This record gives sequence, C-alpha cells and structure tokens, in this order.
Amino acid sequence: MLEFPRWKVWLIGLVIAVGILLSIPSLLAGTPAAGSWPKWLPQYKISLGLDLAGGSHLLLEADAQDAQKQRLQAMEDSVATELRRDPRIDIGDISTAGGRLSFLVRDPTKVDAAVERMRGLTKPLALTGNRDWDVSVVDSTRVVLSPTVSGSAQALKDAMGVARDVVRRRIDPSGTKEITVLTEGGNRILVEVPGVEDPEALKKLIGQTARLEFKLVDQSANPADLQQGRAPPGSQVLPLADGTGAMAVKRRVMVSGDQLTDAKQSFDQDGRPNIDITFNTAGARRFGRVTQENVNKPFAIILDDKILSAPNINEPILGGRAQINGSFTVQSAHDLAVSLASGKLPVKLNVIEERTISAELGQDSIHKGVIASVISVLAVVVFMLVTYGRFGVYANIALVVNAFLILGIMAMFNATLTLPGIAGFILTIGAAVDANVLINERIREEIRRGRRLIDAVETGYHEAFRAIFDANVTHVISAAIMAYFGSGPVRGFAVVLLIGVVTSVFTAVYFTRMLVALWIRRARPRELHI
Amino acid sequence: MKLLKLVPDHTNLDFMRWRNVALVLSLIATIVSVGYTLYHGLNLGIDFVGGQVVRVEFARPVHIDDLRTRVDQLGVGEAVPQSLGNDRTYQIRLPKPTGADSASNQIVSKLRTSIPQIYPGARVDAGESVSGKVSEELAQNSAIAIALAMIGIAIYIWVRFEWQFGVGALLTLAHDIAMTLGFFAFTRLQVDLNVVAAFLTIVGYSLNDTVVIYDRIRENLRKYRKMAILPLLNLSLNETLARTVVTSLTVLIALGILMAIGPQVIFGLAIAIFLGVLIGTYSSIYISAPVLVWLGVEPDSFLKSDEKEDAEVQPA
Repeated sequence: MLEFPRWKVWLIGLVIAVGILLSIPSLLAGTPAAGSWPKWLPQYKISLGLDLAGGSHLLLEADAQDAQKQRLQAMEDSVATELRRDPRIDIGDISTAGGRLSFLVRDPTKVDAAVERMRGLTKPLALTGNRDWDVSVVDSTRVVLSPTVSGSAQALKDAMGVARDVVRRRIDPSGTKEITVLTEGGNRILVEVPGVEDPEALKKLIGQTARLEFKLVDQSANPADLQQGRAPPGSQVLPLADGTGAMAVKRRVMVSGDQLTDAKQSFDQDGRPNIDITFNTAGARRFGRVTQENVNKPFAIILDDKILSAPNINEPILGGRAQINGSFTVQSAHDLAVSLASGKLPVKLNVIEERTISAELGQDSIHKGVIASVISVLAVVVFMLVTYGRFGVYANIALVVNAFLILGIMAMFNATLTLPGIAGFILTIGAAVDANVLINERIREEIRRGRRLIDAVETGYHEAFRAIFDANVTHVISAAIMAYFGSGPVRGFAVVLLIGVVTSVFTAVYFTRMLVALWIRRARPRELHI
Repeated sequence: MKLLKLVPDHTNLDFMRWRNVALVLSLIATIVSVGYTLYHGLNLGIDFVGGQVVRVEFARPVHIDDLRTRVDQLGVGEAVPQSLGNDRTYQIRLPKPTGADSASNQIVSKLRTSIPQIYPGARVDAGESVSGKVSEELAQNSAIAIALAMIGIAIYIWVRFEWQFGVGALLTLAHDIAMTLGFFAFTRLQVDLNVVAAFLTIVGYSLNDTVVIYDRIRENLRKYRKMAILPLLNLSLNETLARTVVTSLTVLIALGILMAIGPQVIFGLAIAIFLGVLIGTYSSIYISAPVLVWLGVEPDSFLKSDEKEDAEVQPA
C-alpha cells in the first residue's frame, strides 16, 4: 500500500493534467475568455449535438423504384449511342417495361453482333464474377438487358456515394459550414445542419433530382396521339412543368446537365428571373453542332422529366452558354441554379425522419443542464464529505478530476455532447462515487474487525476491487449496446456513460489510492477516522 | 468532525425472514404491471408509432382547449396538445405523415408559420416528423437492444460467478424493467427514445447493487463453509447494507436534482432511471438473493470450482 513508486505518481499526475488541459477549450467555448486560450495549447473541443446547438436533422432514403428507373434510362442512352457508332446497327421498339431494357434488331443477321456489343457495355462486379447486367435474346431478334441483383446493389451503392456529395454541395456550396452528411445503412443519407430553424427550404433544395436535359421537340407527333400519351417511334411524351399539357420530344438527349460547368441565377431582358448555364467543352461543341443542324426548330429544356420551356433555335448557339427560362421566382431560380451546379442526384431521396430544434430551446437545455449538473456535483460532494470525512475529501477530489477527464476525453475524440449526454454526465457523477463508497465501507468494516490501519486500507482497496470491476463491466455492456443501436442523442448518452465508466475506475480506485498512500506515508496516522 | 452513519455498525436484520412475503408481493406487482401495460398500452411517442410533433413556447398563457380548437381549424388533422409543465409551453402532436415511408409533408411547416400568426409572440421551438417506416425500425431496435443487454449481462454474471447467479440477475432485471414499464403505463408518461436509453441504463445500474451483493455472497460462501445458506445471505446483505444505502442515495440525489430542475425534454429519462435505481435497490435484496436459495445454492455448492475462482482480477 505504502510503496507507491514515484513514476506512478508522475504518471497519474500527467494523465490528470493532460485531461484537464484538454477539457478547458470546451468549457471556455462561448464565453468571453475563449479568445485568451493560448494558441500553442491543445484546441480540441466537444461538439454540441443538434438538440443543444439547435438545427435540423434529416434522414433521407433512396427511392428504390426511381433508382431503377434512372439506371434503365442511363443504359438506354448508352445502348443508343453504342449502336449508332460504326458499324451501325439499326434498332427499334425500345422498351423499358418490366424493369428490363429490350429492343428489336432490324437486321436479323446482326443480332449476334448487337449482343456482343451489349456485353461490352456491361461491367464485371468485383469478387463475385457476375456482371451488372444480363444480356439475352428472345424471339431471335429481340435483345433483352436485365439488371442483376448484385449489379443493382452496386449501382445503388455508387449512387448513394454520389448523392451524398451532391447533397453536401447543395446545402453548402462554399464548403465552409459545419454540416454532417453521411451515408447510412446502404440506402440512406443522414443530414445534420446546425442553425437551421425551418427545414422546408433545405428539403426543397435536397429533394430536387435536378436532372436537366435538352432534347429536340418532335413536331411530327399528331395532337390526338399526344393526348393519349402516344409518341412517334424514337420519341416520348413529357408533361409541361406548368401543367398546361404535354409535348413529344425525341428520346435522344442533345446535351444534359452532366455537361455543365456552371449555373447562376440571373434575369432576362424583361427582368424575369432565369438561369444562366455554361457548358463544358464537350457539351458546348455538341450543343453547337445540334443547334446548327436544327435552326428554326424548337428544342425542349427538361428538368426531372418535365418540360420547363421549348424555345425556338433562331441561330446556332456556339459559345457554350444558354439561358433557362420558366416561370421562376428569384428564390426558385436560385435554388435550381444551386441544384444544377451541384450536379444531378443519381437517385430521388425521400425524407423519412426530420427533427428540428431551435437554438433558443437548445440554449435553454444547456443552461438548465449545466445548473442541474453543478448542483448535483455539489450535493454529492457534501454528502460524501459528511459521510466519510477525509476519505470523502479524496473521493470528492477524484469526482472533480473525473468530471474534467470525461470532458477532456470527449474533446480529444471530438465526441458530441447531447442533452441525454448531460443526463449521462449527472448519472456518472452519482455513480462514480460508488467505487469509493465500496472501498470506504470495506475499510470501515476491516477496522471494526480489528485490523491494523494500513492493513485495513490495503484490504479495503483489494477486496472492493472485484465488485467494482464486475459492476462496471455490466455498465459497459449496456452502454456499448446502447451506443451500437442508439441514434443521435441516445448515442451521445451512451458515449458519456462509456467514457465515465473508464475514467471513474481510474480516478476512484487508482487516483484515490495514491492520495491515501501519500497521506499515510506523510502523516503516519495512528487511527483512521472513517 | 462527527461522521454521518446512515446505517449503524453491526446491523443484523433478518432480511430472509420476509423473503416469501416479498416474493408474493413482487410477483403480484410484476403481474399487475405487465397486465396493466399490456391492457392499457404505453403512451408511445412519435419515435415508435410515427407522427409529427411541434413544441411551442407562447408569450402569454394559453388554454389547452383554445389551442386544440384553433389548431384543428388549420385542417392539419387531429391535433393533440399537451402541456409541458406550464400553460405557456405546449407540445402538439399530429398524425403520421401520409405515405408509409415519407415524413416530408408540410404540416410542421404549416404550424411553424400559422401559430405565430394566431398567437402573437409564440415561437415554435422544435418540430419533429417520423415516418411509419423509421418508427417501426426504432421500436424494433429498442426491443432488441434491451433484450440483448439483459442477456449479455446475465451471461457475464454467469461466467464470473455461477449459473444460479446469472439466472438471479436475469430475473432481477426482468422484475425491474416490468415495474418501470408498469409505472410508465400507469402515469401515461410518454415513452420516447430517451426513455429506452433509460431502460438500458437501468439494465446496467439496477444490477450494480446485485453485483456487489453477489460478490459478497461469493466471498462468504468461501469463507464460512459450514454456515447455512439463509444466515449467510442475511450476513452478506447486512455487511453490504451501508454501501447499498449510501450509493443508492448519491445516485438518487443526483437524479432527483436533474428531475426537479433539469431540462423538461429529459424528464422521462431522469424519472425512469430514478425509479429503476429505487426498484433495483429493493430487488437486489429481495429477488437477487432469495433466487439463490430457490435454485439450491448451498455453502458447499461450489467447492469444486475453488481453483478457477482463485484467478480473480487483482488491482494493479
């Protein structure tokens, strides 16, 4: 008991000093003293959860049907492009019914060649040896491409990665805000934006797929067919964005939003809000060529399968710039510009969970939580003092050190403090002294049994440790399960409990043991007042 | 300075004398709790059944009926206002958003703009919307988590002690959770994710006392091999009584303060843990210990396992 080597004292002292040092920036945050913390000292800070900082939490889920639809559409485009290349293979009756892409090969002798070139469009999947599409032939002239299960899964995974980046760019075009955008569980994206009080604008911004396409208008369609939604071969019927009807457009895409370099909200000659877009080199060249070939014909500007407008091509547009007109407000034009500039969402996202907390409520929670924490600590400190005297003082020092260590470790890992986390903090305060209660009661007991002072202290620490260890393992089990299953605030609670268990064993057992050993060695007490 | 001793030295209370009475009472209480919970159900928050909720802070006191009528007039579906402690802070609950997997309908938004118009100076502090799909998952995950925690801890106790102790721990936990559930069913306090966190905490903390008492029983079983089981349990309970009382008190003091003056949002969490600790203290004495008698633990039950038990964890 008395042999407490100097290096151990230094080690324990060092751990505590580092812990306190790490906790200070978080405690200073938001107070006028924050600026006076020296730059050369650690700057780690605990981040506040949305329930304390205020802000919006959104959980988005990929629309599986839309994902499949978009994938089919993309495949359709590449099939058309591929077969138009030399040696050209003429196809017709393209269909995407039943989740499969199929088409007729006009020249039966070219079916094998078409299948061969379709295989070239499919990609092998890592490890499994499967490909992302199956290619087969039915009725000897119809080529069918059907997505494989693992191919769809891979495509969804890729799409979610892109979607995450797109969402981030839309919310934070300048890349300076402290927002969280994470993919979760394969088909979800978690978005947390501090400081947002009304998430409606946020949801609109994220919700827009923003798939922009320029297609030529098919003027050969007769109005009766249009009404029934039938389009000439190679064309499709799309509704107008303002809901006033529909129009037939060529399936072939002239240029798409993928080939944009920039989009900005602007105004047209009449002062109506519109969007200026700039194509990249390839897009500009293509747009120039197509407009050159189709002067005096209309083309459609299509956003998410709705026609925004269908202006006439008065002259070739060669500079790679264009304006998008529609019935925009300044806000909607601005939002669309941001969406276009950030790229299209590869899959539609639905909001499946939304939680928004105002900064005032968060501030109020912090305020009440801090007061409750301080009073709890004081009450426990007084209680320990009147119950155990000197040993209570040691337990109290350990308690305060423990509080700093918890904050310090949370800061080091940049952990998030949530409102339930504050409750976890208070609970830890109440429970952390349990180890000291166990030890002190055991020492009392051993003294009553007539052991000598040093013996009693030694036995007290030794015998109490088993129960302390087992009890803390049970806490770790429940807290770890909570951290694994819990979300947001609850996970914050579990994290505080987990850290608290570890630090409280350190402070309540090792640290107080050192204090007691140093005291006994210095004062050589004859009897113990405990 | 005279030190406070809540429990005098050398207590010799005959806890085990009342073990059968306590058993019958605990059984009745547990059955009533579970029955009441099953029959009346819990007041589940939107976390578990889906729906939307806004929290409003009014500038002036508002009557609940007035609030209900006016929100109903907005045509956002059936509104259920509930006061949060005073007549200026309300939570208004609204039905689940339409469409099973979407929470993006605009009711919360509508209230956000309408309420300050109806009640000048009112502020919408929080708006939450949970789809049916997410709430189903949350409910399922919560149930799995609680079950896993209970089983995990019982297995740990089994490994560290003996199987009878593991069973005792599991029964104690089941009792504590059942009683706390009954309390929530009876008071109609809302059960949300925070309360589930509290239940998981109870699983860890209500077992604290049990572990300490079991540790002492194990120690005494080895020390007094001739003593009959009932006196041995009584001895162990009396020896640890001071610690049980002091620790439970410190935790209850800390949580009591949190309940009384802490943020309203986590009142449910605080009261659940408070209750769990209280019930856990009782059950560690009257369920954990007597179970060992019923499972036939005798002082010589574990003689063969002496060698392996010697490998204890030692403080460094």
